[in-house]
Amino acid sequence: MTDVLSALSFIGIYGVSYGVVLFTISIGLVVMMGLMRVVNMAHGVFAVVGGYITVSLMNSHGVPFALAALIAVLAVAAGSVVVERIFFVKLYGAPELDHVLMTIGLMFIGMAGLNLVFGPDIVPAHLPEALAANVHLGERTLQVYRIFIVVFGAVLMIALWYVFERTSFGARLRAAVDNRGMAEAVGINVRRLFSMAFALGSGLAAVGGAVGFAVLPLEPAYAFKYLVLILIVVSMSGIGNLRASAWVSIALGVIDTAGRYFHPEIGGFIIYAVLIAWMVFRGHTLLHSPSSR
Amino acid sequence: MSALEAIGLVKRFGALVVTDDVTLKVPVGARLALIGPNGAGKTTLVGLLTGLLRPDTGTVVLNGRDVTALAPALRVKQGLVRTFQINNLFRGLTILENVFLAVSEHAGSSFAMLRPAGRCKPLVERSEAILDMLGLADVRHQTITDVSYGRQRLVEIAIALSLDPKVLLLDEPAAGIPGNEVARLLDTIARLPKDLAILLIEHDMHVVRQFAQEVMVLVAGRVLMTGSPQEVMSSSEVRTVYLGGARTTHA
Amino acid sequence: MNHSPLLNRHRIHWAEIAYWLMALAVFFLFPRNLSLATAIVIMALFALSLDLVMGYAGVVSMGHAVFFGIGAYGAGLISLAGHHEPITGAILAGLAAASFALMVGPVLMGLSGLPQIMVTLALNVILYEAGNKAIAITGGDDGLRGIKLDPLLGLFKWTVFGQTSYLYALGWLFVLFLVVRCLVSSPFGVSLQGLRENTERMRFIGTPVRRQLVVVYVVSGFIAGIAGAVSAQTVKFVGLEALSVEKSIDALVMLVLGGVGRLYGALIGAPVYMLVHQVASEWNPFHWMFVIGGLLIVVVMFARGGMLGVAAMLAARLRGGR
Repeated sequence: MTDVLSALSFIGIYGVSYGVVLFTISIGLVVMMGLMRVVNMAHGVFAVVGGYITVSLMNSHGVPFALAALIAVLAVAAGSVVVERIFFVKLYGAPELDHVLMTIGLMFIGMAGLNLVFGPDIVPAHLPEALAANVHLGERTLQVYRIFIVVFGAVLMIALWYVFERTSFGARLRAAVDNRGMAEAVGINVRRLFSMAFALGSGLAAVGGAVGFAVLPLEPAYAFKYLVLILIVVSMSGIGNLRASAWVSIALGVIDTAGRYFHPEIGGFIIYAVLIAWMVFRGHTLLHSPSSR
Repeated sequence: MSALEAIGLVKRFGALVVTDDVTLKVPVGARLALIGPNGAGKTTLVGLLTGLLRPDTGTVVLNGRDVTALAPALRVKQGLVRTFQINNLFRGLTILENVFLAVSEHAGSSFAMLRPAGRCKPLVERSEAILDMLGLADVRHQTITDVSYGRQRLVEIAIALSLDPKVLLLDEPAAGIPGNEVARLLDTIARLPKDLAILLIEHDMHVVRQFAQEVMVLVAGRVLMTGSPQEVMSSSEVRTVYLGGARTTHA
Repeated sequence: MNHSPLLNRHRIHWAEIAYWLMALAVFFLFPRNLSLATAIVIMALFALSLDLVMGYAGVVSMGHAVFFGIGAYGAGLISLAGHHEPITGAILAGLAAASFALMVGPVLMGLSGLPQIMVTLALNVILYEAGNKAIAITGGDDGLRGIKLDPLLGLFKWTVFGQTSYLYALGWLFVLFLVVRCLVSSPFGVSLQGLRENTERMRFIGTPVRRQLVVVYVVSGFIAGIAGAVSAQTVKFVGLEALSVEKSIDALVMLVLGGVGRLYGALIGAPVYMLVHQVASEWNPFHWMFVIGGLLIVVVMFARGGMLGVAAMLAARLRGGR
């Protein structure tokens, strides 16, 4: 009995922390797609760059984890605005195929660049001592880090909710997502809003990469490896839907963890099976732009 | 017999009733105009008639057949054809290609794979005949994006005619056309076959007066009144709606 | 312009004849590089199958290697099961791929935009993982070895330098190219282009949109399957890479580089891409990604329509300037 309980809580904590990281990375893309209708296959690059900067600041310069993550996130957000101005402006209103091609191109360049700077191997995760410590849970031990991620996710969720629902930036963002033309007509500077949303979206991805570097290990191929997962979250949650993204991410995290736990051989497939079933039954309602009528 | 008939159509979006118990009859050969201020629910009604939307209750009958559950493409095959308020064409293709698409589909050739399209004489000839009729023959090889807006409207009508419609829904055909081209368009519409039932959705009273035998006024999703153009235009109720609702400037 | 291009597509241009004569000339000019030439021809065929759905019907398929892989494993397994006649073997393998397309097509063709991109991609990932796990069928990491074939048409032995292989692959490319050419020039092909331009409008001229897309998807699956089969038959080996997402993206990049929706885009993009790759073969594979990524970005930003698009634009400008 305690065995089952400890297995369940293990899956719960691991699954939810996995889901939180997934959510943090994907939510940025959910916002960007909702607002700018950009299909960004390179989104994972923002996350992994955030992770790499954090880890290298910690490892080679002894910067504390929280500060390193903060620097990384700000750096990625700032850098992403440059990327947006150079590359993504060309995509607004262009056919989807162009989005796919250009952002796959950016993803490849990101991967090649990371390999050039940091080498091809997985970066070993050295957590700060406080987070690396273990707590006991029945017969299993659990890293404090995992609990930290879960708590972090809850805090992030509240913060995002506040930004979207209670600030004027959030209100403008939601207005522009709902009806771009109308937002422009009432004097919202959509162009600047795009850049801000881009910085926010990539910054959030960097948060996911930085905080979650021990959940999703850092390597040059990261962006490609987790691409499908990120896209699943985005397309299952619908346009700009914060709450749905959170639930989808956590559900995916738990299902995937449980699958791999109970059935290591085929566990990895369960997530795809769920995806396909869902697509077959719900796919046609996906991402239809909200009607202006 | 009515070519197109709608009985008790209701459509709600959430709590908002956008189409509220609309019943209409379009007899064979009719020239019926549907007018109403912005937000009266004209677009939704067109959606319900053409099959883009499903009504919550009510039925749509086409040539005596209940088509309420039929998808748009199948309604087209039954002779219910529409044009679009904002030009909705194949913009990268030439005018001839645009019409060819419709002619080929109507002839059941859209799965013909063996013979080159350019060598399908009957299809090409029929496409050219339709363009000829609408005065588009000389620009048939121009890309849609290269011709004037008024011409594009005519292509909309050419596509509709290629489908050999029994009922034609013209959704604001004169919208956005410069004044000098409106006359040509109206002239074209006037010359359409007499047995074709036409439902015109329109804003412009000038167009309605020239075209319609009967006018139906839609306000807030409901049919306010139906009558001859004179009756409708002299109705004080309609005036109130239009002057109040559409914010016409009157000094 | 004094004609409607879609209705004139069946006319043969002199450059087309030149292209095929050059492809034939490769056989005589580069007798020592025929295995590379064969690989190029196979990728051109694969990219052509992608062009049919993507360039003409506007379907963004990110997982086309699924069909290539099924064709490759199919042809391998057919040979291992004892059927050594190459042409019927390839056709059977192509039909297997087409059947799979028919199975998944109705769902995939009901999607569009991001969901379509994502599900085709996910399908590719799933099939790859399944291939990796189903060692009994695919041989897992070791792949399928020991593929044997009868002489082609009972006459031509499969030589060490790959003369037969090259002509066999080129023959398939030529025949299937003619099929695709005929298809895109037909009323069916014109209709596909209508779908690409404006799917919603097609519904309102009465087109059974999904049925039409499924048909073209199945044809494309068949051609991709043949490409995979010919690869298995000429290399005499099938590995998991035949099913990989990287394979799908390779074909995509080749097509985009040559020009999407232009028939010869695939046929020009494949040799250019693979020759550059050949030169860079000693590089670290990650460095190669700079090249692919750069190419994609350059094409989208500066060279819409790929090499053929740019060539057509230059030609038009020259003619206009005169």
